[in-house]
Amino acid sequence: MTAVAAGPQAPAPDPGTVRGRVALTHQLAERGVDRVLLLAVPGVLALVALFCYPFLYGLQLSFQPAHGGVLGAYKAFFSDPFARKSIWQTFALAIPASLINVGASVPISYRMRREFRGKRLLLAVLVVPITLGTVLTAEGILEFYGPAGWFNRTLHLLGLSSSPVKLTMNYTGVLLSLVISGFPFAYLLIHSYLSGIHPSMEKAAATLGADWWRRFRYVTLPLLAPGLMTTFCLTFVMTFAVFPSALMVGDPDGSTHVISIEAYEAALQRFDYAQGCADAMIMTALMLAVIVAVTALRSRLYTGATGGKG
Amino acid sequence: MSGQALRAVGQGHGQLGHDELGQPRMRLAMRPGAWLTWGVLAFFFINLLGVIATVVLDSAGRQWFNTWLPTGWTGSWYSEAWSEFNLGQVLIATLEITLAVVAVSLVIATPASYALARRSFPGKKALSILFALPILVPPIAYGIPLATVLYKFHLAGSLTGVILANLVPSIPFVVFTMTPFIEQIDPKIEQAARVCGAGTMTVLTRVLAPLLVPGLLAAGILVLVRTFGMFELTFLTSGPTSQTLIVALFSAVNSAGIRTSQSIDAMAVLYTATMAVLLVITLRFVNPTQLIARTSD
Amino acid sequence: MTTGSLPGTAPPVQRPRSQLRELELRGVSRAYGAHLALKPFDLTVRGGEFVALLGPSGCGKTTALNCLAGLLPLTGGEIRLDGRRVDTLPPEKRGFGMVFQNYALFPHLTVRANVAFGLKMRRLGKAEIRDRVEAVLRLVRLTEHAAKHPGQLSGGQQQRVAIARAIVVQPPLVLMDEPLSNLDAALRLEMRSEIRRIHQEFGLTTIYVTHDQEEALSLADRLVVLRDGEVSQVGTPAELYEHPVSPYVAAFMGYRNMLSLTAMSGDTAAGRGLSVTGTPGGGPVAAGQPVTVAIRPEDLHVAGDGEPGGGAGTAGTAAPAAVVGEAVAEVVEYHGRTLHVEAVTAEGDRLHLRTSRPVHPGDALRVAAAPERALIFPGDGSAP
Repeated sequence: MTAVAAGPQAPAPDPGTVRGRVALTHQLAERGVDRVLLLAVPGVLALVALFCYPFLYGLQLSFQPAHGGVLGAYKAFFSDPFARKSIWQTFALAIPASLINVGASVPISYRMRREFRGKRLLLAVLVVPITLGTVLTAEGILEFYGPAGWFNRTLHLLGLSSSPVKLTMNYTGVLLSLVISGFPFAYLLIHSYLSGIHPSMEKAAATLGADWWRRFRYVTLPLLAPGLMTTFCLTFVMTFAVFPSALMVGDPDGSTHVISIEAYEAALQRFDYAQGCADAMIMTALMLAVIVAVTALRSRLYTGATGGKG
Repeated sequence: MSGQALRAVGQGHGQLGHDELGQPRMRLAMRPGAWLTWGVLAFFFINLLGVIATVVLDSAGRQWFNTWLPTGWTGSWYSEAWSEFNLGQVLIATLEITLAVVAVSLVIATPASYALARRSFPGKKALSILFALPILVPPIAYGIPLATVLYKFHLAGSLTGVILANLVPSIPFVVFTMTPFIEQIDPKIEQAARVCGAGTMTVLTRVLAPLLVPGLLAAGILVLVRTFGMFELTFLTSGPTSQTLIVALFSAVNSAGIRTSQSIDAMAVLYTATMAVLLVITLRFVNPTQLIARTSD
Repeated sequence: MTTGSLPGTAPPVQRPRSQLRELELRGVSRAYGAHLALKPFDLTVRGGEFVALLGPSGCGKTTALNCLAGLLPLTGGEIRLDGRRVDTLPPEKRGFGMVFQNYALFPHLTVRANVAFGLKMRRLGKAEIRDRVEAVLRLVRLTEHAAKHPGQLSGGQQQRVAIARAIVVQPPLVLMDEPLSNLDAALRLEMRSEIRRIHQEFGLTTIYVTHDQEEALSLADRLVVLRDGEVSQVGTPAELYEHPVSPYVAAFMGYRNMLSLTAMSGDTAAGRGLSVTGTPGGGPVAAGQPVTVAIRPEDLHVAGDGEPGGGAGTAGTAAPAAVVGEAVAEVVEYHGRTLHVEAVTAEGDRLHLRTSRPVHPGDALRVAAAPERALIFPGDGSAP
């Protein structure tokens, strides 16, 4: 009956129809559905067109490889030992890098959680690596940690090594670049989570007889844990997608042949779109699996307010 | 250093016993931890400084091989890089792309974040996940299918294609940056305006817009910085005339080795200098932690 | 120790013996840079006493409490607990209980775990912790909420958890920082008597910070009125109520009528169309000197027709009331059997008074007060 009333040329609607319409809009409004939601439509359409559609298109394309049947591209990926190994190499880089970044951020930000002079400057300086961009970081790593770079020269000067340590064009180089660009990111996030914990929590614990370690262990850490998980996820996303630095300071044909390089090479160097899309889907699936796992772990923790009242 | 930090502790922040007054025992106890913290940070900053300084010095050095400092100084690498990499054109393209992405994402995403901030409705969770996914999925992973689709529609390689690709992470980013700004505006202000006789348009332009300016500014600058630095998506979708600075830089490194590292470094310094200017502007308006992410949690 | 216990002052009610005999603060002060937030402060608190620190925000009362708790280091002075110096100890070694203004309950722990926290930190046995937690939860009537998280409780319940958590460790001293300020009016009244009950049943020694004089007067055995980091007056509620030493304390104690007049003699003052016979409140007053006369609204009443004093509203007052002056009623509020009247004199001064007679806005009134209920302080009221 609403269909009749909705027509613009509809004759004077009978009272029952009007009541039905009113009731429906009211019911919807009661649940939060009203015209305000139309505001979200452009954003949703844009994402559907630019994110969901290409993604599904890619998914569909990945099942239409030139040969090998529906699952040919996936079979090709998993039967090629070089490609298969890229999964392991991605995790071998992403997990240590995320752990280092998050692990170092916790004690440092805990120690710096209170106000002190120059804190804002420190935070600003920590943002610098984010501005460097991958290329400058890569070039800098190549030159600073290279065989004739300042780092090796200093080691030599201090008598810590007799011959230059190889730190670039291998696994270490990529790890260094992930730490340089990822640590500030993790630090700033954890810093903001930590400052969200009300200072009275620790004061209360102190008056109840907890020394600094037990204040951290029983009060701050549990309250910080959800934030740590989120930070780990976001850092992991960044390091998992490592691409330019793996090419430039790593060993892209060997120990740092990560999955994003595999996908890139398939799609834009061999122009095998089906294979490239299949690789991208595998990459997405792996990433989401990690995020779902961490989120599931996180949901078992306390995730409410972190201080103040309550 | 740490002593000074402690002394600056403001009112209302208890020091939990680690004070500077007649408590030598406590102070000694906290020293190793403080030193370790500052030590790790200092080591990080020294390395960071080294990385930046080598690039800057190399870009200004005539020749640098197996010595502590380059032999002789020159500014010629910069002019060389400028002409060789056609930087004027690259910068114009970069500017066009970033400004377009900022404008379009603000226009599209601000209303959406208003809806998300103000209403709770069935399916809100699904909508939030839709907005969170482009931030969580690595750009390479959705960039490859997106590039394929853009090729299909003959948009790949054009400025439009690059702008469209960069909208994907920017729209969710604006949504999540703006939501807290909108949430902190009391809905009663809008109701009061309506009670006073303001229509929807008036409420939007006279009441909400002025209150949202700080949020729009923050979101806009953050999208600007991120688009400027976004490598993967632009790399996958751009053509010769639609490269942004960072992609041009990467191509210069990766294409055949006829170029000297100095001119690449000069270009990298230009990139970082531009980014630093943007950053200084940004920090005037937003908190450093906001620069990182305001994603769903 | 020998100094603290006052011979002859037997506790008024049978209560558990306090663990603390005496807490002594000597010259305790706290500075932020050049600003003295708390000027050298002396106070002796006896075991079992309930002391309230009273003052407006920024008067240094919370600073004093944080210094006591060890959350803020002292800039000077010392704190002794039964002769043992504690001001050099970190908060976790002092063993005091503290109730925070925002409660500061650990949101990730259940009520039971919150209360058990301090006992766990003291490494007590599991069985003992359980028993003591159950006992204290019974005392604050939260047994059925023990498994909930603080976020699931109402404000008053959270408040009781905070108190339970502070007292379960049987601290020698309990510090409370405006614990009722986040509650609504009805709950505040209920929790006020609850706090007093717990104080007595547990034999606590309590220091309580508040800006609410009613709360302080009803709870405390002794009050310390602070102003700008300095002690204005220390005394029992009755002392402060009847004999404030300064206009500042008087204003805090509900003396709403503060008249800036000129002294005529030691105990009379006049000016602005008014004349008061009163009692010197804070030291001698010389004729011609500017003075502040403080009178409570309940001590100011409408004088009977033709009678110079002894009005109907002053039953129980020994001295005859004297007419203060004339004023026109402007606002009349009905409060049960009495009317609260705000009247304006010809000179524009506002007088607040109570009466049980029918008064209507616009009525001209003769206002009177008993001499011992009008306090005359040297100095005009505007100066601090």
